[in-house]
Amino acid sequence: MAVILDILVQLGQLLLVLLLAPLLTGYVRKIKAHLLRRRGPDLIQPYRDLHKLLRKEVVLADNASWVFRTAPYLIFATTWVAAALVPTFATGLVFSPAADLIAIVALLGSARFMLALAGLDVGTSFGGIGSSREMMIASLAEPALLMIAFTLSLLAGSTQLSSVATYMAGPAVGLRVSLAMALVGLVMVAIAENARIPVDNPATHLELTMVHEAMILEYSGRHLAVIEAAASLKLLLYLSIIGCVFAPWGVAVAGEGFAAYAASLPAYVIKLAAGGFLLAVFETVIAKMRVFRVSEFLGAALMLALLAALLLFVSRGT
Amino acid sequence: MTETTPAAIKLRDVIRAGRQVENHSPWARAVINHEDWRQAAASLSDGQWTLLGLWAERDQVHMAIIDGGDLGLLSLPCEDKRFPSVGQLHPPAMRLERAIRDLWGLEPEGLADTRPWLDHGKWPPATFNDVAHEAPPLAARDYAFLTAEGESLHQIPVGPVHAGIIEPGHFRFTANGEAVVRLEVRLGYVHKGIERLMQGASIERAAMLAGRVSGDSTLAYALAFAHAIEAAHRIDVPPRAVWLRALMSELERLANHFGDIGAVCNDAAFAMMHAQCGHLREQVLRVADRCFGHRLMMDRVVPGGVERDLQRDSEQEVHSLLVQIRKRFPELVELYDNTASLQDRTVGTGIVSSALARQYGCGGYVGRASGRAFDARRTPGYPPYDRLQFEVPVREDGDVDARLWIRIHEVEQSVALIDQIIRQLPRGSIRDPAQTVRTSQAHEGVALVEGFRGDVLVWVRIGADGNIERCHLRDPSWFQWPLLEAAIEGNIVADFPLCNKSFNCSYSGHDL
Repeated sequence: MAVILDILVQLGQLLLVLLLAPLLTGYVRKIKAHLLRRRGPDLIQPYRDLHKLLRKEVVLADNASWVFRTAPYLIFATTWVAAALVPTFATGLVFSPAADLIAIVALLGSARFMLALAGLDVGTSFGGIGSSREMMIASLAEPALLMIAFTLSLLAGSTQLSSVATYMAGPAVGLRVSLAMALVGLVMVAIAENARIPVDNPATHLELTMVHEAMILEYSGRHLAVIEAAASLKLLLYLSIIGCVFAPWGVAVAGEGFAAYAASLPAYVIKLAAGGFLLAVFETVIAKMRVFRVSEFLGAALMLALLAALLLFVSRGT
Repeated sequence: MTETTPAAIKLRDVIRAGRQVENHSPWARAVINHEDWRQAAASLSDGQWTLLGLWAERDQVHMAIIDGGDLGLLSLPCEDKRFPSVGQLHPPAMRLERAIRDLWGLEPEGLADTRPWLDHGKWPPATFNDVAHEAPPLAARDYAFLTAEGESLHQIPVGPVHAGIIEPGHFRFTANGEAVVRLEVRLGYVHKGIERLMQGASIERAAMLAGRVSGDSTLAYALAFAHAIEAAHRIDVPPRAVWLRALMSELERLANHFGDIGAVCNDAAFAMMHAQCGHLREQVLRVADRCFGHRLMMDRVVPGGVERDLQRDSEQEVHSLLVQIRKRFPELVELYDNTASLQDRTVGTGIVSSALARQYGCGGYVGRASGRAFDARRTPGYPPYDRLQFEVPVREDGDVDARLWIRIHEVEQSVALIDQIIRQLPRGSIRDPAQTVRTSQAHEGVALVEGFRGDVLVWVRIGADGNIERCHLRDPSWFQWPLLEAAIEGNIVADFPLCNKSFNCSYSGHDL
C-alpha cells in the first residue's frame, strides 16, 4: 500500500513539473513586461500557445531526415525525466536514488546533443550557426555544472540530490564560501543553459544573433510544441535545483504524509516565483553580450566552481 | 573641407564652360561634353567634389555635385545610349549606374559590374520606361554574388524574408566561423516604380507620390519635392508655412530618432530603452496627430505651402511635449551611458572610417558619426533654419555608439529648434493661392532637404503643360548601404543586426 502511495506521489511530481513549467515561463514573461511598463500576455498564454501548436500542421523541410522528426520527442522526454527527478516539494521519493546530479547533467547533455543534431539536419545556415554556438556554450557550461556537482557531493557526501538537499537543510552545513561560489556558478550556468539574456535572448527575432531559437527555426506544429515545453521544463528544472540545494526549507520528506506535502507545495511554488522574479529583473537590467564574451562568462562560472571545490579541499585538509 | 590645390577644378568653372540650361534653379545645370564628364568623374574620385546624385532620362544622364559650398548639376547627352561610367573611377556611383541601366537602358561604358541592381527579372514588360530591353533581363537566380576565396569560408544567406517584420533585403555573408569576411547586400525587392508613375502626373498627384517613397521620411520627401517645385516655378511660400514645415520636420526627426535609439538598444536585448523610447516616440506621433491631423504628417506639406494650419491649442501641446522630453530623455541617456553591458556591445562595433564617409558623401548620422559634418539645413541651407540656432553634432569614432550619440544630440537639437520655432511662429496665410503656373517652357527645380536619415535630393522637370515630365528622388541610403558592407567587415555575424539598426537605411526609399 505504502509503495503504491509512494509511486503515486512520484507520478504526482512528474505531472506537477509538466503542468507548472509553462506557467513559470508565462510568469517570467509577465514580470518582464511589467518591468517595461507593459501589460504583457496572460499568465496562461504559454498553455494556449502549446495547445495551438499541437493542433497545427507540421511543415517539414524536404531534406529533413528522421533525426529532425524524432529529436523533439527525445529532447522532451529526456528533459521531462530530468525535471521529474529533481526534488521539488519532497525528497526521498521513489525515483530519488536515480536523482543523481551527474545523471541529470547527462540527461540534459543528451537533450542538447539531439537538439544540435536537429539544428544541423536540415542544412540551413541558421541551424548550423545555432548548433555551433550551442556547442561552444555547452563545452563550458557542462564542466562548470559538473564541478558544482562535485563541490556539493564533497560536502554532502553524495551526488544524490535528495541527500544533498537533506544535508543542506541540516544543521551541519553552516555558512561556507564554497557554497556561495557554487551558487553563483550554478546561476550563471542556469542562465546560459536556458538561453536567457545576457547569453541568448529568448524573445529575439534577429536570426543572426540567435542560439537556441536558431536551432529550432525550422520546427513547427507539434514538434515545436514539445520543444517549447522542453525549454520551459528546463527552466523549471534549474530553478528547482537551485531551490532544493540552496533554499531547502519547507521540503517534505517522503512518508511524512499528505499534510507535510500540502505544506511543502506552496513553499516550492514560492521558491519558483522568487527565482522567476529575480531572473526577470536580471534580464531587464542587462544587455545581451557578444557571442564571444559568453566563453568569458562561462569561464568565470567554471572558475568559481573549481575554486569552490578547491577551497573545500583546503578547509578539509586543515 | 578639402584642400584645394592649384590643379583642382572648380565646379563653377565647369558649369560656366558648359551650355547652361535655362529655367533651372536654384543651382545651375550645364550640359557638358564627354571629356568634361570624364574630368568630373576624376574630380569626384580625387575627393575634390562629392557626388549628390546620378540619374538618367531617355537620352541623357545627370549628376548632382557639391564642391565645397557650391552645388551644381552636370548633364551629358547620350544619343547612342551610352555614357562614360563614373563608377569605374568613383565607386559610390556604381549602384546608381546599375540602376540607370536597369531603368533606362543606358549603358555605363567601362563599368566593370554588369549585374543588374533594381531589376530582378520580374517586372512585367509594360512597366519599363518605354525602353526596349534588347537583352532579356537577367533571371534573379543568375545573380552572381561577389566571391571571397579561402579555406573554411562559408556563405550565410539572410533574407529577403526575415524572422522579424522588417523590409525585404538580401544579405549575403561570407564568414569564417563567426567572423565576417565579406557582406554583400542585394536590394530592389520593393521597387515600386515611383519615378515612372510621376511622369506625366499632375503636381498634386506627384506630391502625394513623393510622400510615399519612404514612409518614415514622408515629410522630408514631401518637403524636398515642394522645394523643387517652388524653385522651378519661383513660388514664394508664406512665412508661416515655412516655419510650420520646419516644425513638422523636427517632429519627424524626433519621432524617428527616438524609435532608432530604442531599437538599437533592443537589438542588444536591452528592452528597457526600447520600451521607454517607444513611449516617447508615441507621444511625439500623438502630438503630430493633434497638431496636423496625421501621425506621420503625410501629405501635410504641399508645393506652395502646407496643407493645414496648426489646430487650436496645439502650440500648448507641443510645449508640454517638450517639457516631457526634457524631463525624461536625459534619464534615458544616462541609463544608456551607465549600462556597461550595453556599451560593451556598441563601442567599437561596426566602424566606418571617415575617409569612406567622405568618399561616399554619406549624410545623416552615419556621416556625422564618422566626421563628415554635412547637414543640408546648413549647406545649401533653407529657411527658416538660417534664422534658427542649432548645432550639427559630429563625432569621429564611426562606431555604433557614435551613431547613437549623434542621434541623442540631434534629439536635443531638435527639441531646442522646436522651442525656437514655437516662439517665433509668424502669423498669416499658410499656402500660396497661386495655381499651377502654365508657361510655354519647361522649368526645372532641384532641392536638398535634411531628413532624419540624411539629405534627400529631388530634381524635377515640369513640362510646358504643367505636369511632371521627369522627377528623380534620391534617398540618403544610396550612399549608406555600401558603407554598411564596409562597417561589418571584421566584425562577427552576431553583431550585424546591431550595426544594421544603427544605420537604419531605407529599403523603400532606395528601391524607389
